[in-house]
Amino acid sequence: MAIHQPYERYQRQVLLKELGEAGQQKLLHAKVLMIGAGGLGCPALQYLAAAGIGTIGIVDDDVVALHNLHRQPLYCMQDIGRHKSTCAKAFLENLNPEIEIIAYTTRLTSANAIELLAAYDIIVDGSDNFATRYLVNDACVLLGKPLVHGAIAQFEGQVAIFNSHANNEPAANYRDLFAEPPKEGTVLNCAEAGVLGVLPGIIGTMMASEVIKLVTGIGKPLINCLWTFNALNNQSYQFLIKANTATRLLIPASIPAFKKMDYEWLCGAVAGGQEISVADFNILRNTDVVEIIDVRNPDELPVVNEFASKQIPLQEIEKKASEIKTTTMVVFCQTGVRSKQAAAVLTSIFGSSRKVYSLSGGIIAWKNNATQ
Amino acid sequence: MATATIKIFGQLTDIIKSEELVLQHVPDTDSMIEQLQQLYPALATAKYVIAVNKEIINGNCVLNGATTIALLPPFSGG
Repeated sequence: MAIHQPYERYQRQVLLKELGEAGQQKLLHAKVLMIGAGGLGCPALQYLAAAGIGTIGIVDDDVVALHNLHRQPLYCMQDIGRHKSTCAKAFLENLNPEIEIIAYTTRLTSANAIELLAAYDIIVDGSDNFATRYLVNDACVLLGKPLVHGAIAQFEGQVAIFNSHANNEPAANYRDLFAEPPKEGTVLNCAEAGVLGVLPGIIGTMMASEVIKLVTGIGKPLINCLWTFNALNNQSYQFLIKANTATRLLIPASIPAFKKMDYEWLCGAVAGGQEISVADFNILRNTDVVEIIDVRNPDELPVVNEFASKQIPLQEIEKKASEIKTTTMVVFCQTGVRSKQAAAVLTSIFGSSRKVYSLSGGIIAWKNNATQ
Repeated sequence: MATATIKIFGQLTDIIKSEELVLQHVPDTDSMIEQLQQLYPALATAKYVIAVNKEIINGNCVLNGATTIALLPPFSGG
């Protein structure tokens, strides 16, 4: 899009020497996808459209309800029952007819996410559930897209930028912060716990600010950094997030594998369990998030002293599955055959709430690798 | 050993009933969590990450001197 018109609309921000005409051109050429047109999406979209982001996509399959209006002031009474994404598009086109706005009324799923996200430069997550958050994170990692993350609860909010490089540090993603989704029902959402209406206004505006900084290259965006804000006491903090090689194993290895993931079940598991290589197992076992289970009979050799493991023979695995407390587990046997059966049994018990790996080649392969 | 000033975020304050508490003579984060879980058993099933001096950590972390800890739960709301 070549923009030659006078900058009256953007004059006050073009005046900023850090931004200038060059920064405005970058904004006008940027393509930003907003996931969720709710509490966070409304303010983020308003400021992004006002700032002249050239192409804005809005994904939301929800419709406006009366209980949305206290924190989603983009909408009015006449919008109740209408799709948020199309209402938001109409509002924003009125605000700034010089940019392109695309509304997607479909639900974001692992089947459509890759094609949708691929068309944009920056993804902004203002969704209201963990399934979408992990789905968006994993898709952004696979596509190499910067992700501006925002989330709220009651009086508090969090903002971070994932999957973006700064100072040659490896890019962290959401799973480097929270490796796996919490169990359903353990973290309350806005509908259950409530939310102060103005809070998403503050957090969503912060997200727009971070997008503008990322696009124009000004300031210090929250890359590999979690910013928190508490509206009750006005305290805010910044926490450093480091990329962790072990968490990469929790993300589907490829786009076809991603498309098969069922994020509605709050991700994590692959039906029947998944095989893990010796090398990946060695990375994973050095974290404290995993329990290792030896499914051989107690008298079998070789004895394993090199790492801690729990003994549950294959024939007892169903009965003793409740003894396994971690979300992620690795089962092993002599050669990797019985552990596959054990992984299938555990997956059928735990469903998608846990991640079950079977050590490929068993302890024999691991010992051979260790002595090489 | 550290004097750990622990800042509590989000709905973890429903469990701990405070936004901040101080523990004396804490050798590492694992024993700090053990102590906290004895005081607040519901913490055992809660999901959160730990930051030591404003850096998110993975696994156990040895603590020395005056240390600021944060317990940060994930938020899903939007």
